[in-house]
Amino acid sequence: MSTNNSVAEQVDNAPLFHMQKDPHNEPGTLLGFWIYLMSDCLIFAMLFATRAVLAPNYAGSPLPKEVFDIPLILVSTFCLLFSSITYGFSVLQMQQNKLNGTLIWLGVTWLLGAAFIGIELYEFNHLIHIGASPQSSASWSSFFALVGTHGLHVFFGLVWMVVLIIQTKKHGLTIANQRRLFCLSMFWHFLDLIWIAVFSLVYLAGVL
Amino acid sequence: MSSHDNTHQEVEGAPHASFREYMIGFGLSVILTLIPFWLVMGEVIDHRGLTIFIVVIFGIAQMLVHMVYFLHLNATSEDGWNIISLAFTVMLVAIAVAGSVWVMYNLDNNMMPSMQDVMNTLPLNSN
Amino acid sequence: MSNNYETIYADDRWSPLFGKLSWDVIPFHEPILIATFLAVIIGGIALVAFITHKKAWGYLWTEWLTSIDHKKIGIMYMVLGLVMMIRGFADALLMRAHQSMTSSGGEGFLTPHHYDQIFTAHGVIMIFFVAMPFVTGLMNYVTPLQIGARDVAFPFLNNFSFWMTVGGAILVNVSLFIGEFGQTGWLAYPPLSGIQFSPSVGVDYYIWALQVAGIGTTLSGINLLVTIVKMRAPGMTYMKLPVFTWTSLATNALIVASFPVLTAVLALLTLDRYLGTHFFTNDLGGNAMLYINLIWIWGHPEVYILILPLFGVFSEVVATHCRKQIFGYDSMVYAIVVIMILSYVVWLHHFFTMGSGAGVNAFFGITTMIISIPTGAKIFNWLFTMYKGRITYELPMMWTIAFIITFVIGGMTGVLLAVPPADFVLHNSLFLIAHFHNVIIGGVVFGVFAGINFWFPKAFGYRLDSFWGKVSFWGWVIGFYVAFMPLYVLGLMGVTRRLSQFPDTTLSGYFNTAAIGSVFITIGIIAFFIQLYVSYQTRDELRDDNGDTWNGDGRTLEWSTSSPPPQYNFAFTPRVHTFDTWWDMKKHGYQRPTDGFNAIHMPKNTGAGIIIAMLCTIMGFALVWQIWWLSALSFVTVIIASIIHTFNYDRDYYIPVEEVDAIETKRTEQLAKGGIA
Repeated sequence: MSTNNSVAEQVDNAPLFHMQKDPHNEPGTLLGFWIYLMSDCLIFAMLFATRAVLAPNYAGSPLPKEVFDIPLILVSTFCLLFSSITYGFSVLQMQQNKLNGTLIWLGVTWLLGAAFIGIELYEFNHLIHIGASPQSSASWSSFFALVGTHGLHVFFGLVWMVVLIIQTKKHGLTIANQRRLFCLSMFWHFLDLIWIAVFSLVYLAGVL
Repeated sequence: MSSHDNTHQEVEGAPHASFREYMIGFGLSVILTLIPFWLVMGEVIDHRGLTIFIVVIFGIAQMLVHMVYFLHLNATSEDGWNIISLAFTVMLVAIAVAGSVWVMYNLDNNMMPSMQDVMNTLPLNSN
Repeated sequence: MSNNYETIYADDRWSPLFGKLSWDVIPFHEPILIATFLAVIIGGIALVAFITHKKAWGYLWTEWLTSIDHKKIGIMYMVLGLVMMIRGFADALLMRAHQSMTSSGGEGFLTPHHYDQIFTAHGVIMIFFVAMPFVTGLMNYVTPLQIGARDVAFPFLNNFSFWMTVGGAILVNVSLFIGEFGQTGWLAYPPLSGIQFSPSVGVDYYIWALQVAGIGTTLSGINLLVTIVKMRAPGMTYMKLPVFTWTSLATNALIVASFPVLTAVLALLTLDRYLGTHFFTNDLGGNAMLYINLIWIWGHPEVYILILPLFGVFSEVVATHCRKQIFGYDSMVYAIVVIMILSYVVWLHHFFTMGSGAGVNAFFGITTMIISIPTGAKIFNWLFTMYKGRITYELPMMWTIAFIITFVIGGMTGVLLAVPPADFVLHNSLFLIAHFHNVIIGGVVFGVFAGINFWFPKAFGYRLDSFWGKVSFWGWVIGFYVAFMPLYVLGLMGVTRRLSQFPDTTLSGYFNTAAIGSVFITIGIIAFFIQLYVSYQTRDELRDDNGDTWNGDGRTLEWSTSSPPPQYNFAFTPRVHTFDTWWDMKKHGYQRPTDGFNAIHMPKNTGAGIIIAMLCTIMGFALVWQIWWLSALSFVTVIIASIIHTFNYDRDYYIPVEEVDAIETKRTEQLAKGGIA
């Protein structure tokens, strides 16, 4: 890049006040998505606060101790944990530019996520059946709001995953697609992180 | 920025993960998940408060494991903004949750006193 | 009249096709509303006819509605704020007039049911759809220019955020003519806002309007935050950021960290109303005070979201119009950061009276008093900047001086309210109303007008007329004092807020004075619109050929480019060495480059933002009226439209070098004509 005339004409030893070429700004997508996750954190914080305040207010509805199925929760916890590691494998494949490996591991992740949602739906259905419905008491309202919001996030993660699988299949591992896959991976790990708080505070502490 | 290049390009700013890291994270997570479940399902410790405390500690530990090994957080990514925003958020979450619990608990104590508190305020009991 | 409403709204008529919607919900029996409705219809038809006559639809669509240029979006935010200010202010006038009439024992002209909707709508509109668009608009327009960027980090998201805000505003306005608005006050406290005591659609309008607009606000917060972090010109380290950009950074951090709280809390209220859960109900373990606690965790940071950017505006105005660097830049920055964090630990001072113990109240009382310290430090910084400065009394400076005086009074009454025992006397009285209008009008509104007068020449290439600007200024300032000082007195005498009448007729003098004050403010608002019109008419005399509008006193980068700036803002990205970059460049005799331009990489316009946002608005409307098929349909359409949008990879283009060259050559000629080489 040759020095520009107008710059050369400038007063001697005056500092340079503009760039000849645009500086290369790293796109802010990953940071932006991270900040979105942080804001999502606060939604969950509100739901946890609500749960913490309202949990003792059973108003005659079933107690968690009587109705929570902890072994089932262990299974769904492992579904999410396995899906975290399989998404990790997908990212590793992506970084080696292996399209098929990326897609296969994404597919496995999707199935594990779907299993988690299936177990959650089964559990909700069961709880509502035995009288622990969202309408039965403030305690159960706060339970369904918190766990349900997490479940909704996982569900949208699954929808997003389908879209990304199609886009990656169609356009390959372009920069744009890699960035999207990376955002989804942050989202997915973030949901697993929230789930740790859920199973610790809502389920395990709940049955004690 | 031509994103249709055939040669493989990497997303800038994305941390580079390794198989080893994922496996360490996974192994630790399995352990940190199984122990609290075992404590609760096996009713190992005969003290409710202590068990909850240990469960919470394991939960926090596992969250840290996820952040380091799955989310690949470190102090330098995005010029430190990842970690700054995380610290800010954790602080606000702590303020909001702990503050709400404190405020509401205090309110309940004041506005819905137990029978014993009511009795204590009666002049009959004051001697 | 009120019986009439009960018969209309109490029944649960619902049809699968129209939900709760029917002809009965149109308020035909309210002459005020029907007249307004007709006026809006006639005005709307006139506007449509005008645009069609000018054949401007295509221009509007391609150049504005689908534009992702941060400058145009910023201007559109300001337009939205102005339009909604007329609506919100009309509500204020109705309340003042009604209270004035009833204070001497009259009946007034508003039913209690209508009056309750008016004070609710006034608060909601003024905060969410006037103040928020104003500050977002200013930040959107100015921040990228100040950091030497070409646009924001996510230009499409910026457009989408704007239209979501518009969508919320549309829902609030639709409630005027179809159904009704909430009668709960601007924060919709349960149990009053619960389904049991507010069975009609008013609260639902409130909820969905705020949810739709809130998503937009959160996204624009993320956007501007990333913009400032990622897109600063080379060399612009954090301690070289202009003060306005600093306040913008803090504000957007607050937005990102507090609007999700509002979203979550409103969602819980929604569940209570739609699904019969028991978060905030009186029965089955619900706790209404929890709502108040949670919503103020959002509500208090929101106060600082509104005022911080204006602190930035005043800092820029003072430095420019005193021809001095801002006094105590470092302390200014630290004060901003301290305010940002402390704003999260004061929320309980909004409900000292709910019955917490002395420990809780004392804690939050003390934190509240502490937060006034950094604010006070800022006031001193502005004063010391003015001290021995060569002050030019242009309009922005006049607004700033009015702000300093007014805001200090408001701040001191705020400290009075921060003392819990005093608050037990003053809580929910007109003293509180006077206090927060004192800081919001004295701080936010004065700041917005300072900002508009300051940057209007930058945005449009000509200054605003100063005569009508001064009329507007004095109308507002005198009007504010006449309208709100009596409210302090009334509050001390025990008049509570949200009353359509007060039985003690001896106080009517104060109410009448307040009503007169609102007339002065009306003059201020009308004069502002005249100012816009007159300035447009005489724009050739007010033309700013230089770009450095204020006598060449500009200090920050936005003054280094032309007025209005080209689409790409800067032909070359600036290189920053010190704080007050543009001042530094002028000091070193910087010569604007006149050749050697490059093609410039820019994002493309897209209609996806407005389309998806309007679909969200339709979904909000359908949910308000419980038209389930339409809710589901619009929800699915939103998802599909978003997915389709992600399949569009072709989002940017290059402005060819010839075009850049042509624009910059024109600028060179313009500068030569202005006599500045």
